[in-house]
Amino acid sequence: MGDTLDMPPRDDAPLATSKDSAAVDVAGDALVEPRGDTLVGRAVTINRRRAELFAYWRDLTQLASFMENVERIDLLSAKQSHWVVKAPGGKTVEWTATITEERDGELIAWASDPGADVPNSGRVEFRDAGARGTVVTATILYDPPAGTIGKLIAKMFQREPAIQARRDLRRFKQLMETGEIAVGARNTRLQDEGKN
Amino acid sequence: MRALAWHGKHDVRVDTVDDPEILNPRDAIIKVTATAICGSDLHLYDGYIPTMQSGDILGHEFMGEVVETGPKSTLKKGQRVVVPFTIACGSCYHCGKHQYSACDNGLPADNQDIAQELYGQPMSGLFGYSHMTGGYSGGQAEYVRIPFSDVGPLVIPDGIEDEKVLFLSDILPTGWMAAENAQIEPGDTVAVWGCGPVGLFAVQSAFLMGAERVIAIDHFPHRLELAKRFGAETINFEESATYEALMLMTGGIGPDAVIDAVGLEAHGFFVDNVLDQIKKSTFLGTDRPHSIRQAIHACRKGGRVSMPAVYGGFVDKFPLGAFMEKGLTLKTGQTHVQHYMPALLNAILEGKIDTTFLISHTLGLEDAPKGYKMFHDNQNEVTKVVLKPGLALAAE
Repeated sequence: MGDTLDMPPRDDAPLATSKDSAAVDVAGDALVEPRGDTLVGRAVTINRRRAELFAYWRDLTQLASFMENVERIDLLSAKQSHWVVKAPGGKTVEWTATITEERDGELIAWASDPGADVPNSGRVEFRDAGARGTVVTATILYDPPAGTIGKLIAKMFQREPAIQARRDLRRFKQLMETGEIAVGARNTRLQDEGKN
Repeated sequence: MRALAWHGKHDVRVDTVDDPEILNPRDAIIKVTATAICGSDLHLYDGYIPTMQSGDILGHEFMGEVVETGPKSTLKKGQRVVVPFTIACGSCYHCGKHQYSACDNGLPADNQDIAQELYGQPMSGLFGYSHMTGGYSGGQAEYVRIPFSDVGPLVIPDGIEDEKVLFLSDILPTGWMAAENAQIEPGDTVAVWGCGPVGLFAVQSAFLMGAERVIAIDHFPHRLELAKRFGAETINFEESATYEALMLMTGGIGPDAVIDAVGLEAHGFFVDNVLDQIKKSTFLGTDRPHSIRQAIHACRKGGRVSMPAVYGGFVDKFPLGAFMEKGLTLKTGQTHVQHYMPALLNAILEGKIDTTFLISHTLGLEDAPKGYKMFHDNQNEVTKVVLKPGLALAAE
């Protein structure tokens, strides 16, 4: 932890669950690059080997297969990628992200480059969970467009990153465990793609 | 195709809709040969279940013939299958432990949010039971898409009528699991609240598991008569005082195990509970917990409580004191249908379990709206309505 930050000694709960608003600054100092004021933490346990999950995730272009709001991910270099993401009202937002830290099989951290429509940073960690498989934990810091109002509007249209992160991890789990992503009779994703 | 679609309270219609399609590699499509209206379908009919949309196809008890398979399905065209009402992936941690109704992956990710809010963790998907349980189209139709068809459907050998195996889809395993959860020991007296299909199958199952006496409690004379046919003693709670009767009938001890097969009679969630919880506004329970209270009150010291009955939200005045002081054990949960189907099919083939007694009416699919109304209006005589898409419209 950065010793310049004013936060009392903490418990062992993840920073993203802190009730102290200073947690965002601590996260931006110690955990991820400082790219916003909204901190989200999500974890999912996947009944697959760590190496397999990491390999799938590290091929960034594949992330669009389960990230519902991601329209397209273009690789610019080994570390840089360009993201086109759906936003409320039929619009899209874009940013370029750079991988800031990587440990094979364990961790990928990223941060958006200057000029991002939605500044964001984060880390995805992969940890062995014995017979249960692998725990995948995502910690994301972002700057909601148009602040709190923008966040509310995004939430209404279910384009809120905190909601999406939870759903995206669930879809990742489904894809990895079952080989497919569960769809009901009337699925918004399929409707959007004109398939339903 | 033709399908029974929900349009609102007491408004179900047989509509012409698009045929289902294979959407995922493990899918299959079946042509329905028999389907039933479940007591829990009446809660959809009564408009109690939230997250329903006009046009949703109902039905979660059904069977049929495989007509199309995805590349990863293990079924073959022409096979006859009974389909479990719980949609489970077979690959996750819970499926690995045969806890199929707790499957992590049966529910589309978007549909998991409500259950996460309400219960802490989402459960498996269900056929034809609102968007909270996945928005999957149900089986009261000519054709149905079956997700994870390599895991759920049970192949039925030729030569056995649909009527004998149809209830493997839900109510028979549910009654069986209820008795299993009562952890019956030889010589036990088991009391069962509610003689609907689940209660009646619990009565049969309890005897098969070694219960010496089963006492069935209801207020519909015809249903009590059915329980009696399987050897149960009966209490009609409109004629006799239930607790007092149970105490006298068990020599002042109380039943060793009690089964609450009443509850909401639903696989679901009363709208008020759900909304209350989500809004976190009021904790006024709208579940009707009378049977579970009485069951706990009557149960002997150190006894076992099994609750197949479905509760969706909160209950008021749950007798936690009696529960603790008497040292009771409670087991409950949505049925792990896939786990029980093969053994129960064998029990049917060996003639140990009879399911056909339950069917009071058989109608064509086109008559489904009439079937809902009959079932809704007369629960004494109408114990089970089976719908057959092939059957012609009944004469008026």
